Amino acid sequence: QVVFHKMSPNETLFLESTNKIYKDDISNSSFVNFQIWDFPGQMDFFDPTFDYEMIFRGTGALIYVIDAQDDYMEALTRLHITVSKAYKVNPEMNFEVFIHKVDGLSDDHKIETQRDIHQRANDDLTDAGLEKLHLSFYLTSIYDHSIFEAFSKVVQKLILQLPTLENLLNIFISNSGIEKAFLFDVVSKIYIATDSSPVDMQSYELCCDMIDVVIDVSCIYGLKEDGSGSAYDKESMAIIKLNNTTVLYLKEVTKFLALVCILREESFERKGLIDYNFHCFRKAIHEVFEVGVASHRICNHQSSTSNMKAVTHNGTPRNAV
Amino acid sequence: LIFSFFPSLQVLLMGKSGSGKTSMRSIIFANYIARDTRRLGATIDVEHSHVRFLGNLVLNLWDCGGQDTFMENYFTSQRDNIFRNVEVLIYVFDVESRELEKDMHYYQSCLEAILQNSPDAKIFCLVHKMDLVQEDQRDLIFKEREEDLKRLSRPLECVCFRTSIWDETLYKAWSSIVYQLIPNVQQLEMNLRNFAQIIEADEVLLFERATFLVISHYQCKEQRDVHRFEKISNIIKQFKLSCSKLAASFQSMEVRNSNFAAFIDIFTSNTYVMVVMSDPSIPSAATLINIRNARKHFEKLERVDGPKHSLLMR
Repeated sequence: QVVFHKMSPNETLFLESTNKIYKDDISNSSFVNFQIWDFPGQMDFFDPTFDYEMIFRGTGALIYVIDAQDDYMEALTRLHITVSKAYKVNPEMNFEVFIHKVDGLSDDHKIETQRDIHQRANDDLTDAGLEKLHLSFYLTSIYDHSIFEAFSKVVQKLILQLPTLENLLNIFISNSGIEKAFLFDVVSKIYIATDSSPVDMQSYELCCDMIDVVIDVSCIYGLKEDGSGSAYDKESMAIIKLNNTTVLYLKEVTKFLALVCILREESFERKGLIDYNFHCFRKAIHEVFEVGVASHRICNHQSSTSNMKAVTHNGTPRNAV
Repeated sequence: LIFSFFPSLQVLLMGKSGSGKTSMRSIIFANYIARDTRRLGATIDVEHSHVRFLGNLVLNLWDCGGQDTFMENYFTSQRDNIFRNVEVLIYVFDVESRELEKDMHYYQSCLEAILQNSPDAKIFCLVHKMDLVQEDQRDLIFKEREEDLKRLSRPLECVCFRTSIWDETLYKAWSSIVYQLIPNVQQLEMNLRNFAQIIEADEVLLFERATFLVISHYQCKEQRDVHRFEKISNIIKQFKLSCSKLAASFQSMEVRNSNFAAFIDIFTSNTYVMVVMSDPSIPSAATLINIRNARKHFEKLERVDGPKHSLLMR
């Protein structure tokens, strides 16, 4: 809810526990053209009404959420059962484990927990002869940007065009004097691609905050007199100048995506050049996605339209995903 | 230069412990947003903090802990110090308080001290935590309190507001208070109107720099969102907080889409300005030059009023 429906973390305390499978189709509001299936904590694979084979076959990534603040031994057992079953049906699936609610833990405790879970999960897999099954682990919390960062990484692994996007970004920033650029999904603030320079969490957070400002201000002043139109549209753009020569520059790329760049004030003086380069970049991005849509139509149910499923164990009343 | 010889003028924020002053101050002065204040503990002992704003004003928050005897002692020994050079006294009452008599007693002690040391001070009473009162009771209870307070305050006059940190009433009350502290505010508004009309802006907002409270505004037509002042304040304060994590602060902002263009920029030494244009075809550079030129004009206004302001209040 926090990532894809803009809920503030405090409001999630009032979300009810997931009792049945909840399918969330966010393909209309977000670039992430996925369906998110939220499973209740206690899932019974032997229940005949639950056709897990069908579900897993069309799945690109499975996110298993473990509550770090709770005893996770049972969670690990269920994790093992779940991924083994899924792997049998679809060995191409990505398996992602979110070690969640880490906001309450100290840094040492976080690292220790991750190490322990990683160790145990992989031991279980080796014992079962499933060494080829790869698990990725992420420490997450809805109270900071880590959950957004984790979702970003999970989504990026599913985007076939990622290398092309990264390449385009690299070319763009090196020719425009830009330090860092993120291609953001505006609604969820997940970034689907960035250039090859290292990602610094603080920069990512600053860009997220900029998107908040832009959308919020646009909601107040950016609608037409009768209330129609949308806050984020084709002409959306923003420039924020900080007192330490940093400039943040946001430009609309598609109706879901925005490019957020970080650069120096002196580089920004060549705004004309930057805007021209951006124009070329934007055109290229549109072409990349048009190709993607065309090939998808031909190949029907390929894993490019991936279904991401999130299985929450220990379905406590605080269901944060 | 003459300026710095004048002692800074005080805004006193007082009230019984637990009445909500610290949260209030934190929210208005951009340190926390409403839900973070749950983490603030009850103030023990005597806490004094101050914030500068509007150039030469200092907000002094005196919070004396729960112990009654301590409060009384502190009062008598430090009274004159505390109550000198006071422009404004803001007194906060917890609407749910079980000790109404005592609250009024302390309030009156403060008034006596004000009468002796700063008789020209403006008095504002905030009847706070109104969210805890049932909705249909609120008007009635507030009217009762207001009558009592006005009566008790004589010969001094007080203006009362009902407030809560959970809605826009707090923001509106503080905006009104700050508005009354601005010297020659009518002249400022007239200049703002001229400026807005010349540059063909839809709306122009003037913010106080530390709090981002809207202290003056001009609009040429009805705007859809009546709560936009508080929203904009919060949006900007939120972003300011994010920047401060990187030990930076923002200087200016431009936001556009196909229906509008908004510019936020440092204006004078005490203010920020926000200009909203509904004709996005006007190039940014034009508006930015206009703002830059207006800045010089408004700076002059502020400088002229400065020393005069302190003289007027004595």
